[in-house]
Amino acid sequence: MTDLQSLDITRRSATTGTPPDIRHQPAVAKLIDVSRCIGCKACQSACMEWNDLRPEMETFEGSYDNPSDLNPAAWTVMRFTEWENEAGNLEWLIRKDGCMHCSDPGCLKACPSPGAIVQYANGIVDFISENCIGCGYCVKGCPFNIPRISQEDHRAYKCTLCSDRVSVGLEPACVKTCPTGAILFGAKEDMTAWAQERIVDLKERGFANAGLYDPPEVGGTHVMYVLHHADRPSLYAGLPDKPRIDPLVWLWKGMFKPIALAGLGFAAIAGFVHWVVAGPNEVQPEDEVHGREILDHKDEK
Amino acid sequence: MSQPGTISRYTTAQRINHWITAGCFILLALSGMSLFHPSLFFLTDLFGGGPYTRAIHPWFGVVLLVSFAILFVRFFHHNLWNRDDTAWIGKIDKVISNHEEDVPDVGRYNAGQKLVFWSMTLLILVLFVTGIVIWDQYFFGFTSIEVKRVAIAIHSLAAVAIIAVFIAHVYAGIWIRGTMGGMLHGSVTPGWAFRHHRKWLRDLARGR
Amino acid sequence: MTNTWQDIKNADVVLVMGGNAAEAHPCGFKWVIEAKIHNHAKLVVVDPRFTRTASVADYYVPIRPGTDIAFLSGAMRYLLEKDAIQHDYVRTYTNAALIVKEGFGFDEGLFSGYSAEKKDYDRSSWDYELGDDGFAKADPSFQHPRCVLNLLKQHVSRYTPEVVERICGTPRDKFLMVCDLFASTAAPDKALTSLFALGWTQHSVGSQNIRSMAMVQLLLGNIGVAGGGMNALRGHSNIQGLTDVGLLSNAMPGYLTLPKDSEPRFADYMKTRQFKPLRAGEVSYWQNYRKFFVSLQKSVYGAAATADNDWAYDWLPKLDVPNYDILRAFEMMNSGQINGYICQGFNPLQAFPNKQKIRTALGKLKWLAVMDPLETETACFWQNHGAKNPSDPSKIQTEVFMLPTTSFAEEDGSLTNSARWVQWHWKAADAPGEARSDIAIMAGLFRRIQAMYRKDGGAFPDPILNLSWDYLDDAHPTPEELAKEINGRTLTDWKDAAGATVLKAGQLLDGFAQLRDDGTTTSGCWIYTGVWTERGNIMGRRDAFDPRDQGLAPNWAFAWPANRRVLYNRASADLEGKPWNPNKPLIAWNGTKWEGIDVPDFVPTSDPKAGVGPFIMQAEGVARLFARDQMREGPFPEHYEPLESPVLNLLHPTVSSNPMARVFDFDRAQFGKVADFPYVGTTYRLTEHFHYWTKHGLMNAILQPEEFAEVGEALAKEKGIGQGDWIKLSSKRGEVICKAYVTKRLKPMMVDGKPCHVIGLPLHWGFTGAALKGFGANTLTPFVGDANTETPEFKAFLVNVEKAPGPVA
Repeated sequence: MTDLQSLDITRRSATTGTPPDIRHQPAVAKLIDVSRCIGCKACQSACMEWNDLRPEMETFEGSYDNPSDLNPAAWTVMRFTEWENEAGNLEWLIRKDGCMHCSDPGCLKACPSPGAIVQYANGIVDFISENCIGCGYCVKGCPFNIPRISQEDHRAYKCTLCSDRVSVGLEPACVKTCPTGAILFGAKEDMTAWAQERIVDLKERGFANAGLYDPPEVGGTHVMYVLHHADRPSLYAGLPDKPRIDPLVWLWKGMFKPIALAGLGFAAIAGFVHWVVAGPNEVQPEDEVHGREILDHKDEK
Repeated sequence: MSQPGTISRYTTAQRINHWITAGCFILLALSGMSLFHPSLFFLTDLFGGGPYTRAIHPWFGVVLLVSFAILFVRFFHHNLWNRDDTAWIGKIDKVISNHEEDVPDVGRYNAGQKLVFWSMTLLILVLFVTGIVIWDQYFFGFTSIEVKRVAIAIHSLAAVAIIAVFIAHVYAGIWIRGTMGGMLHGSVTPGWAFRHHRKWLRDLARGR
Repeated sequence: MTNTWQDIKNADVVLVMGGNAAEAHPCGFKWVIEAKIHNHAKLVVVDPRFTRTASVADYYVPIRPGTDIAFLSGAMRYLLEKDAIQHDYVRTYTNAALIVKEGFGFDEGLFSGYSAEKKDYDRSSWDYELGDDGFAKADPSFQHPRCVLNLLKQHVSRYTPEVVERICGTPRDKFLMVCDLFASTAAPDKALTSLFALGWTQHSVGSQNIRSMAMVQLLLGNIGVAGGGMNALRGHSNIQGLTDVGLLSNAMPGYLTLPKDSEPRFADYMKTRQFKPLRAGEVSYWQNYRKFFVSLQKSVYGAAATADNDWAYDWLPKLDVPNYDILRAFEMMNSGQINGYICQGFNPLQAFPNKQKIRTALGKLKWLAVMDPLETETACFWQNHGAKNPSDPSKIQTEVFMLPTTSFAEEDGSLTNSARWVQWHWKAADAPGEARSDIAIMAGLFRRIQAMYRKDGGAFPDPILNLSWDYLDDAHPTPEELAKEINGRTLTDWKDAAGATVLKAGQLLDGFAQLRDDGTTTSGCWIYTGVWTERGNIMGRRDAFDPRDQGLAPNWAFAWPANRRVLYNRASADLEGKPWNPNKPLIAWNGTKWEGIDVPDFVPTSDPKAGVGPFIMQAEGVARLFARDQMREGPFPEHYEPLESPVLNLLHPTVSSNPMARVFDFDRAQFGKVADFPYVGTTYRLTEHFHYWTKHGLMNAILQPEEFAEVGEALAKEKGIGQGDWIKLSSKRGEVICKAYVTKRLKPMMVDGKPCHVIGLPLHWGFTGAALKGFGANTLTPFVGDANTETPEFKAFLVNVEKAPGPVA
């Protein structure tokens, strides 16, 4: 079920043809200001609450990360990293993990099922469950390791950026609930501008490498981070330094497909042409004679 | 010699074995192709839709693997490569232009058939192993996503290759008249054997 | 809080010490973030652990649990030595210049007047030298050796940075950096806000922890100003309301106090409460005590309280001990002196120290009635849950009654937040099953008890028979009726100075200034007068209008007292009535009266030239750097080690711990020794849970499912404890087996040359609810109370830790 109109869908998985492009909406973005985040997990509860999700209760395994990872019913999780900086001071880096809503989504590229993954004009990448076949290709296509396949219903799940809320003019549930304003939502342009102000503040406070995480390798993202250490995103529980859709995905989903199909078509045609040119290889009557002779004289030699 | 005047080439068990493998192959190819390119997604309807196609494709693979394994045990010793095969390959242009009289005599299988046999064997193994890696329903936790990405790329390359081999195999069956009968009812004519597998015929005649 | 949550955004420096605001108050913490972003404020966290608050702080400074007074005294020494104080403020708005009696002294950890025999102080020497006029003597030139400032200088002189480092384990450079940040706010237009919570209160010196910081703030001139103040972040949405309406064993509503045994007559009672001014011309607002008290008695006993019976003074209980706090109550249960217990909205088996003692005490009761929306551990104390609750039901004779109540979301009512805002809330859902409101249950109990007294008589039926019970439906007083009763009414037509009738008899009062001591007004809690007036439910106001955008929102609900948003706001202006910080004024003198964006905490027409002190609740009109006799362990804060401490007091080893701490003999025997329990344990909350009830919610349980303890990497290495391993924590009082969180956030501190390891124990898990079962941190904590408030010492005690073979059932 799409939450926006079909007119708003600018990309659709496994679909040929040109998508509607008549409507121009400003790109939206969620800005996660890691420097303001206190790791309270209110976003996690808001996500569970709004989307009616209840992941399984786990156990304590040596960190505040609970659930310990994204799962079909946990579309966002906080990841806590204890890191000692060069000055020997501890920093507790807390990052809200979830779908980045890439402008160039690897999941959508990899998806074989028409319309199971769509991208709206505002940039949100959404999984359309009724079209999902549960193959897990999106998992392999994603540069951020986000989608999770349910072992119950065999469909892929991830953050929708609350496309249902956004479509009626509301902010995503996590944004609404964040007590410190660490999660903001709006036009990507505005979010980028606000991030710059935050970066100036962080630089004044001694974070020389503060910056915005909006990786160009995936065309930018519609979920962006303000990081104190933008030079090393991987400090934040392995946020990819240079995320990209894996070249293997290009190999398998890119030009290879038409070439391979053409190749197979060519093989079939070659056979047909051979049939026409050379014709069938028929057994001749004399072959039968010779054959029979050999059989009949089997005792010779 | 099941019928008077013909030579038995395949037993009933062998034929059933072959056709199970072939059937699985076709099902695998259709279901695999349906997820390979949007233009072929309609093929999923043959299997009850996308989710069913996704779910059943690997099971076809399992059946095929078992069936092919038996086939392999039955036939691999007929498919060992020898010098004649190399010579035969050297005259492949004569074969293609239907001038088999200029080609060295062939035993039970010619080099082309052996190549089909071994490529099938190799590709099925590759497809099976990579298929397991990406069979997320049961094996998701066993490998990393990076490994799965490699597996999926190899799986699709191998699939295309094996379908190409399959096309060659099927076309050969159509092109070389009388071959299909061998696999359908088990027997070929002495003339067919004389024309295409003369050594085999002689061996048969000698009772070997 | 002296100030408001929103006002935090006006701060230049935010100090979080004795609390973990981001963790425990994530919503209010947004204002700290606002201060950082929009006011370029610096956030400093001083805490034994690197907390969630520290994760967004500019500076994190470690401190050993229970040594805050040493740290803050060191800071005072620094400020005084560097003269980094706000001079005019200190001279005229505090008692720095007042002269203390001869005979006051401090030696080897004890102030003058201590009797080792009574284990108590005679506090008479802790006071000012009075002149012949009965007023306190002062020396604004600070030349007198016994003026408060000089005594303070002398008292804190021992707390050099070296001593602070040796006691607190805080590296000297970090300590000095904090001092410099403090000092930066001594400028009249700069403010530091102190945000604290149970990290300061839950110590045997809890009240003095807070006093120490209040003194720092006074030296810096940060009390009463925008972005300043002492801001206690209350741990419960309505715990402020609890103290306001006097739900403590020695209190009555509005911070009036219950009479003592030694005050059999009303006149005796009033003698020590109606404070006369200690300096000429001061307001000494408690002079009005009688008005508040009489109005309260009229509210409680109606027509039965008359001038002739001293407003029913005899019907009030008289305390034979300072108070019957919960520690004492459980001590008495345990020793068989209390045998019935109504437990309302409280889960002592989880919330109070020494779980085994609590469990045993409950098992000695004849009956226990639990009123709660949830099935609490206390209600189920008799159940056996293996090692996690080793009760033997066959041996327990306590009859337990469970009375399910509505939760706050299932009833109308008011909640008073940390900023003293009394906010009305409306019911959101019907209660499930047979749950009834607390009011309905209490009304039901009262009516039955009253009927029994009426029928059977009794030793002293008057207080019960004469209680005013004037509600439309006796069995179901409504929250609205109670709110109006608390607000108070006039019993006669109320006329203004010109003789015009302002209020008719029976109408609701507008404010406590209208209260009288002649029995013509009622008020259930004088500071709440104004919550529901003839204009309607003031608590229900939801107008977010905020003049000057300074975070006061005067038309939002009601803030006691008198809708005042910043207490002591007179002190935000200088001696001439001009705001110290012209950019963030609260009130100013306009030549004829005080006006501004807040309700003046002052006589509105009092000309600053008259020199009346800004702290009108104090008899001397100024804030107290020297507390006189108001604190049990001394007029100046002094560093005392926790009752269980890894070291002896560096300053006075013979008086190592607070001599006035609340300790019963039974519990003294249960203190551990450092040889057996070498590490410091401290307890705290996690954001994911609210105390012991959110674990009943699946979502909260998902977010933090299982009991664990935090162990520093160094100690873990020493003990061979790996990440997530099972460990056994023990104190003299019990054992907890839980998982280990091996963390970089807890580092050993060098205390007097020796490493001190701190182990952190989140306190949420018990044996009921949706989360996994746990022991509860209170299994380990000592039964020790603060000297003044009897708040248990949860934040510093001794434990041992070792690797455990595995979980226990």
